[in-house]
Amino acid sequence: MVKTQLLVVGGGPAGLAAADTAASLGIQVLLVDEGRSLGGQLVKQTHKFFGSGEHHAGVRGIDIPQLLLKEGQDKITFKLNTTVIGCYQDRVLTALTGEDEYFKISPQAAIFATGASEKFLAFPGNDLPGVYGAGAVQTLMNQYGVLPGNRVLMVGAGNIGIIVSYQLLQAGVQVAAVVEAAPQIGGYLVHASKLARAGVPILTRHTILAARGKEAVESAVIARLDDNWQVVPGSQQELEVDVVCLAVGLSPVVDLLRQAGCRTRYVPELGGDVPVRDSLLRTSQEWIYVAGDVAGVEEASAAMVEGRLAGAAAAKQLGADVAAADEIIARSQASLKALRGGPVGEKIRSGIAKLEGGIANA
Amino acid sequence: MEDRDTIICRCEDLTREDVRKLIEAGYTTVEEIKRISRCGMGPCQGRTCHQLLVREIALLTGKDPAEIPPHKARPPIKGIKLGTLLAGGEKHD
Repeated sequence: MVKTQLLVVGGGPAGLAAADTAASLGIQVLLVDEGRSLGGQLVKQTHKFFGSGEHHAGVRGIDIPQLLLKEGQDKITFKLNTTVIGCYQDRVLTALTGEDEYFKISPQAAIFATGASEKFLAFPGNDLPGVYGAGAVQTLMNQYGVLPGNRVLMVGAGNIGIIVSYQLLQAGVQVAAVVEAAPQIGGYLVHASKLARAGVPILTRHTILAARGKEAVESAVIARLDDNWQVVPGSQQELEVDVVCLAVGLSPVVDLLRQAGCRTRYVPELGGDVPVRDSLLRTSQEWIYVAGDVAGVEEASAAMVEGRLAGAAAAKQLGADVAAADEIIARSQASLKALRGGPVGEKIRSGIAKLEGGIANA
Repeated sequence: MEDRDTIICRCEDLTREDVRKLIEAGYTTVEEIKRISRCGMGPCQGRTCHQLLVREIALLTGKDPAEIPPHKARPPIKGIKLGTLLAGGEKHD
């Protein structure tokens, strides 16, 4: 049995920020991640981030992991290639390193920063080789230098769909079109404009109806949607593509939290089933905190701030200096408020209101 | 025809036609469909198919997705060899 004060599950932007913050407040941290290197999804984000300096604006995603570990590194034990595979209500977790090393962890508190998984779509031909999730395309292209194909239909014009389309162009792959079922583009307009200037049509109120091909994708059928999300008759068109890339959103990975008895609630604004938590990111199990996409799907910048917030809150619970922890908590909460301000953050704000109420109503 | 070519659970190779037949036969919860068809019991443990299955149930029963509970989450969340499981208990306790 491995004992630690704080266990952080997941070494992406939220988990790294959480571990660093708690360690800088003097807490002993064990961080486990299933990958072979730290950073989670950051390891494939070759583009520069937006926002303010505080949120690493202007820095490429791949360079952010090292910036997140400023202080207290010697207080953190890293265990890579390790997946937490079970979480029990008596505060014991089981983990697997590689295929052969299986062990138990007994922490005083835990922060789950397990991220999110990609959503899939149901359409005929959706299992043909050539149908990819956008995450897989980024992994192939940005991590391993392998092109997914020659000509792509991108489904989804949120940030991921728009950015991956642009990265495909940079890699010399054609993008036939980007289709988006909503009436407007969801991603940053700066990125969308780059695509538009390169001549890629972004078709809002359009969806994919089918992927066609014998052994692999040879074409895709798209169509226009009306205001009730129904296909407009006669609007079908067939595009010659060998890749269909799905960027249709993410769902929080909450299975371990549900094993631990944390209450979840279905909040579509945040990606699906999300853990109910308070304003300090503490779940309905008092020893468990959440941070990043698992707590509701947002951008990496919000994930890093949530990591600092959860790290400080957990450290405070474990006996760290109260004034120092409170200062980080206040700063992080103000920073989150700023990130979620304005009309863009409206969806996130209403989703979170549903969750924070959950604890009080219990 | 089209429903036969639409995959809902790719680990267990279940099509939309398979799932809709089950819902029409009266299996209208995620847990029931999982037990009778293994939907969500493959290597991905439902991470890909769960939201598609919930949508199918919602469409055919008229229920709100918020009222369709997810299946029970049990350890382990990924495959582990029995030998590894046994060795782990002794080595670390």
